[in-house]
Formats: sequence, C-alpha cells, structure tokens
Amino acid sequence: MTPDELSQLSVEERERQQGFEHCLNVCTAASCLSSGAEEVKKGLTTAVKEKGLREKCRIRGAGCMGLCSSGPLVALDPEDVLYQHVGVDDVPEIVESLDTQPVPRLLCDTTIPFFQRQKKIVLENSGRIDPERIEDYIAVGGYRSLARVLTEMDPDEVVQEIVNSGLRGRGGAGYPTGLKWGTVAKATGAEKYVICNADEGDPGAFMDRAVLESDPHRVLEGMTIAAYAVGATQGYIYVRAEYPLAIKRLRQAIKQAQRLGLQGDRIYETPFRFTVDIRLGAGAFVCGEETALIASIEGGRGLPRPRPPYPANHGLWGCPTLINNVETFANVAAILREGAGWFSSIGTEKSKGTKVFSLAGPLSRYGLIEVPMGISLREIVFDIAGGLPDGKSFKAVQTGGPSGGCIPARHLDTSVDYESLRELGAIMGSGGMIVMDESSNMVDVARFFMEFCMTESCGKCVPCRVGTYQMHTLLDRIYNRQGTKRDLELLSELCEVVRETSLCGLGQTAPNPVNSTLRYFRDEYEERLVSDGVRGPSGDPLAQVEMTP
Amino acid sequence: MTHKSIPTPDSFTLRIDGTDVVAQVGQSILEVAQDHNIGIPTLCYLEGLTPWGGCRLCLVEIKGSGRLLPACSTLATEDMDVTTTSPRIERYRRTIVELLFSERNHICAVCVSNGNCELQTLAQEMGVTHVHVPYRYPTLLVDSSHDGFRLDHNRCVMCTRCVRVCEEIEGAATKGVGGRGIDSMIINDLNEPWGESDTCTSCGKCVSVCPTGALTEKGTTFADMAKRRERRELLPYLTQTREGRR
Ligand SMILES: Cc1cc2nc3c(=O)[nH]c(=O)nc-3n(C[C@H](O)[C@H](O)[C@H](O)COP(=O)(O)O)c2cc1C
Ligand code: SF4
Ligand code: SF4
Ligand code: FES
Repeated sequence: MTPDELSQLSVEERERQQGFEHCLNVCTAASCLSSGAEEVKKGLTTAVKEKGLREKCRIRGAGCMGLCSSGPLVALDPEDVLYQHVGVDDVPEIVESLDTQPVPRLLCDTTIPFFQRQKKIVLENSGRIDPERIEDYIAVGGYRSLARVLTEMDPDEVVQEIVNSGLRGRGGAGYPTGLKWGTVAKATGAEKYVICNADEGDPGAFMDRAVLESDPHRVLEGMTIAAYAVGATQGYIYVRAEYPLAIKRLRQAIKQAQRLGLQGDRIYETPFRFTVDIRLGAGAFVCGEETALIASIEGGRGLPRPRPPYPANHGLWGCPTLINNVETFANVAAILREGAGWFSSIGTEKSKGTKVFSLAGPLSRYGLIEVPMGISLREIVFDIAGGLPDGKSFKAVQTGGPSGGCIPARHLDTSVDYESLRELGAIMGSGGMIVMDESSNMVDVARFFMEFCMTESCGKCVPCRVGTYQMHTLLDRIYNRQGTKRDLELLSELCEVVRETSLCGLGQTAPNPVNSTLRYFRDEYEERLVSDGVRGPSGDPLAQVEMTP
Repeated sequence: MTHKSIPTPDSFTLRIDGTDVVAQVGQSILEVAQDHNIGIPTLCYLEGLTPWGGCRLCLVEIKGSGRLLPACSTLATEDMDVTTTSPRIERYRRTIVELLFSERNHICAVCVSNGNCELQTLAQEMGVTHVHVPYRYPTLLVDSSHDGFRLDHNRCVMCTRCVRVCEEIEGAATKGVGGRGIDSMIINDLNEPWGESDTCTSCGKCVSVCPTGALTEKGTTFADMAKRRERRELLPYLTQTREGRR
C-alpha cells in the first residue's frame, strides 16, 4: 500500500460509514463485557435484523468508553446519545426509538464533568472505533502519521520531534522518551529491537489493557514509528497472559497490518521493514521490570539484573533495545500528527500531555479517565468522579500502587505531575488511582501493599527478599496491636535499607507506601503500639550463632 | 593476569577511596579493588563465575550516581570516583547480614562449617552481634538423598554460586532456583530429590563453592570442611579452560 492508497481507503471507509443512518457503539472492553455487553450487542444485532434495519443501522463493538461504573454502555452516532446500565431487556425500546426521542430512562448525562473535564489523546478513538477492524482506525486518520514519517522525515527528525514534545515514559518512572529514543538511535549493534511493555501488574490498574483492547493499531503505529526512528526491524509486545482479549485483538491487528503492507517488508513501499511479535508474560509482577522482561523474552527466568548497562545499549540478546510502555507508544502517532508544539502546550512545565488513570474506590463514578497533566487531585476526585456518595468522607488517594503513596485531604490541590507527586512521597506510577474513605486504616493499607511486594519479590536480592518479609511481619504486628515503639523504628530503618540497597525498582520502591502513610498518618501507627519490654531494645542476640573465635 | 600499575593501551585510571588506581578495560570495580588490595565484602560473588549482584554486600558509592551500585557487577570506567565504605554503607551491610541470619536457621554450633563459613566471617568482620529483626524460623528440609552430598536448606543464603558453577563450569545445569521471593529454594532438576537427578555428575563443585554449611559432603568433619577453601582455587583454572573452549 502507498500513502495515497491509504487516503483512498480512509475516504471509502468514511463514506461507507456515513451510509448508515445510525451507528450503535456497544462497549466491548473487559468491564462492560463482564456486565453483559456481549449479550446486549447480540440482542441489538438480532433486533435490527428482524426489523429490517440492517442497511440503516450499524451495530459496532467498540472499545472502553471510560465510565465503567455505569456499564454496559451504548453510544449512538451521530445522535451523540449515551445509554448506561443497558440490559438485554432494553434492546427493543432502544431500537424502537431510533428515529424518535431517545429512551430517557437509560440516558447518561454527557455534560457532567466526568466527560467534560477529560482530555483525550491516548483514548481519542477508544469507544469510537471497532478495535477489530483496521479500516475503522484508518477512517479516523490512523497510519497517516506513519506514512508521513516514512516518506517525509529522517529518523533524527522523528527523534527530535519526540524530544520537543516533552513526552515522558508512562510506565512509571517518567523518563524522557525522546532522550531514550536518541540513545538507542545512537547505539551500535548488529540488530536493534523495540519492545512494548504491556505487562501491567499494578493491582487494580487496567489502563494498558483498555488501550490494547480499544485501539490496538494505535500502539502498533507508535511502535513502528519508533522502530524507524531508532533503526530497529523487529518488535515485541510483552503482554500479560491474563489479558486474553487484548492478546486476541493484538493478534488480529498485526495480521491486518501485515495484509495492508503496514508491517513486514517494504512498509508503504519504502525500504523500511518492521515486524511485531507477541510474547506472553510469565505472570510475575517483576517481569514488568525492563531487564527482567528482556530475560523473560530471551527464554530465561524473569529476573532483573543490575543496570547499568541499560537496555538502550545492551538489551535483548545484548543488542540496543528501546523499551516503552503501551501508553507511551499510544501518544506517538498523535504527536507526529498534531506536532510537538501542540503536545507540549498541554500539561505543566515538566509534565506534558495527558495521563490515563484507572480510578477506583468508593466514588460516585469510576472507571478509566484521561486527564491533562497539571489537573488537581481535587478535580479528579470531586469533579470527574463526583466525590464520595452516601455522605462518606474522603481520607486519602493512593497513586502508583505498590510503588506509590497515599496523599491526604490537605494536599488535594496538588497538581498531577511527576515532580509534585514525588514531592508528596507518592508517584505518578503507571496510572492506578485508588480513593479511600474514613473506613480505611492506613496501617492496613501499607500492610496490603507490602504483602503484594513480598509475594511478588523475585527473591534474587537479599534486602527485597528478606526485607519485605520482615517489614510485612512488623506491619502485621503493629496492625494487630502487638508492636512496640522499637518495632516502628525498626520498620523505618528497614524502609531505608531496602530502598537504598535493593537491586531493582520493586524493592527500591516497596517501602514507599509505608513511608507515605508514616508521613501523613503516623498517629494511626502510634495508637496501635504497646509499651516496650516485650522484646529488649537491642533485639535478639546472635545467641544460636556461637561463633568459634 | 596481574595488571597492578603497568599502564597499557587498555588501561585507565579511576579513584577508589581517594587513591588513583589503574584498571583494565572490562574489569569490574570489585576486580580493580581486589587488584589493589582494597577490601570490599562479598558473598554471592566468586571469581570465575558470572557475577550475580544479589547479596548487595559489595555496594559502593560512585560519585555522580544517585544510587549505590554493586562493585561485583559494575564495570570500572575512566575517572570514576568510588567510595567503598562509609558509616551509612556499613550500616546497610550489617542489616543485610542480619536479614540473612533471620531468614533461615543458622545454628552455627551444630554446623560442620562452623569456623569455615563465609556468613559467619562476614558477621564477625562487621561486628554483627545482634539480630534486630525477628527470626523467621522456617521449617525446611534437608535433602540427604544423594550418596555423597547433602543439601541443608536451613543454611542456604541463596547466593546461587552452586547454580552458576553447575551450569557454567560443570555444564550439568542440575541446580536451579525454584519458587520466588522468601520462598525461593535451591532445587535439583525439576525439583526432584538430589539422589534421583539424572543430570548431576556428582562432581562436587557445588559443595566446594558453597559459602555456608548448606552443601556438604556426607561424613565430613570440621577439619575436612576447612580444606574446602583450598579447593576453590580450582575455579580460576576451570574458568580458563572454559574460555579456551569458546
Ligand atoms: C517491579 C517493576 C514492575 C514494572 N512493571 C511495569 C509494567 O507493568 N509496565 C510498564 O510499562 N513498565 C513497568 N515497569 C517499568 C519498566 O521497567 C520500564 O521502566 C518501562 O517499561 C519503560 O517504559 P516508559 O519509559 O515508556 O515508561 C516496572 C518496573 C518495575 C521495577
Ligand atoms: S528488588 Fe526484589 S524483585 Fe528486584 S531483584 Fe531484588 S528481590 Fe528481585
Ligand atoms: S546451597 Fe550454598 S551455594 Fe547454593 S545457593 Fe545455597 S548457600 Fe549458595
Ligand atoms: S558480591 Fe556483589 S552483590 Fe553479592
């Protein structure tokens, strides 16, 4: 396919779609599917067929629409109507009313801040296109950035554009993406690789899954542009095996792209070639760490190794390797389409663009949101999510999962950007955001995350392997009102040692939830302490270890 | 292989603890330090085996790097400024040794390696006399199924020296790590009793590299174990043979 043929295909597909009077988009992302979206979609298809409306009405399975708390969701195009909590029983009424007034009972108000305060880049197509059809993606302008990159830009220019955009990694650490691309581009090696990290392991987080399920071509296009920029010919997407729908859609998407000559040899009839293969995650959280992920793709045990050397110079099979998160890649095509200047005009000085969060907790509305960097936590919790229902009061918001921290009410006006969150002892993380009300005990919260780190520690290094176990024991002891002041001090000491001496990010950040709850909710620890004397202040002497001199 | 201070085209200088030292391209910080008699504690490292970086005892400060880095698996580079010890690093090292003691059942008085144990020596050298963290007291097995050797999980520190020597030097790959986190264990083949392994050649290399009393020869006495140290000298020789084969 040539770029001209792409434009042609795009026009044809749009015309085909405009041939329908109505398009009913049924969310078929995981959350709506689990509440019966597939049945609704089937019901709608049958009803439309029975009524002889097939020429007039298109029923389309679409990606995540965000408001998972109100699923299953059905959106009507071009009426711009959103139905919530749709059941199979509602199908006749919906079809009946297509040419008249919408069904008031099912209407979801789309003027609420949940929709109005968001800014969609990564999720711009999510819920609006059929993720299983490449034509849908092409109709909304997909693969056009790749065409322009391959025919009009040098690799250096692409890297420079990403540098100028200010994009930073969305996998957690926020490393400048352009800088990383530049390093890989400059590195020398027989081969170079591009890896997309879709191992998403934070408990409760599902941003990457939603992107892959809703708009898989967007990630492939981003990876292909990256491959051109850094000089790679082979790519891998490392996906959690627990994401069967995302895997299925990615497989489909890769086949479709190959069919149209958007992957493989001579992409857009240029000398550039690039192929993406899927690798399934071994199921351990630590496999999301880049060096462990690489070891796992190489067929070894997914264990981290010391860095430096960094994967950018010494990655997969010892070759220079670019590794980015799903959401990072999902920003790329939009940046090249709209320009670095556009992207960097969104957000704060050091954090550009948007961030996708999976919002959970006792909230009026929750689900998947994309917000501009720099928005305040208060706006997210009280405007977008509509606050806490039933008179519950806000206590803390947790970001960054097991590597992050809890932010109390008095810091709700903090801007959501990498630096501000870090200053508060939390982190941006990959996008998990959990709101807690008064009923949450912070020692318990810290214990929960420590238990996660303890069970997910790979065991390679001593401070993480034994340290997380010991910290969990101490937290458990304190929570059960058996801990002493000395135990609390010991906990703090271990936090420091584990943070400073662990091999990989898992151990290095495992103390964060403890440190942040100690910082803001110390009283909850102290009120559980019992007086000293249970164990001596100097601990157990190395009695068993009768050493020979 | 001595290259203490003779400059060659492949040599460069760096600073360790305030002294300029000469290093060869490709050497780790630990190797350079050892060449210049600068002591850095180690446990998982063993000359001749691929560095592992797991025990974290060899962590050193490198000027300009925000994190402490393991000397055994960090390449020395020109003009690096390394500090091998400080009160902070020593405190961390002591805590790591304490964590190791707390992890399993190290009852030295009844161990054949008493007096020849690297963990014990580290504790003595660092002045670890108390374990401040709670002991875990796990219930662990002793695998005595092999005719000549014994694997006592109670005394294993998971340094993986045995795993690496078995794979890299002997080429048998009998030993591996099973489980994860605090439940990690040394296993034979696919977690079979050692005596039933069809890959084990009974070469005894794992026993000779084990820093503690976890791997021992059956029927050994304290004096026999002391000889183990000497046998370890075998390894650099074996490594050279291995490199020659490549
Ligand atoms: C324990 C651990 C788990 C991680 N899991 C993930 C993950 O699931 N997805 C991800 O993109 N990055 C994860 N990371 C971060 C990666 O190591 C790496 O920094 C990231 O993929 C780089 O991509 P980015 O620059 O686009 O963020 C993890 C890091 C650690 C230490
Ligand atoms: S920090 Fe934890 S997860 Fe990372 S290498 Fe060490 S033991 Fe493994
Ligand atoms: S058995 Fe010995 S050599 Fe093997 S991991 Fe345990 S302590 Fe190390
Ligand atoms: S000797 Fe370097 S980490 Fe163990």
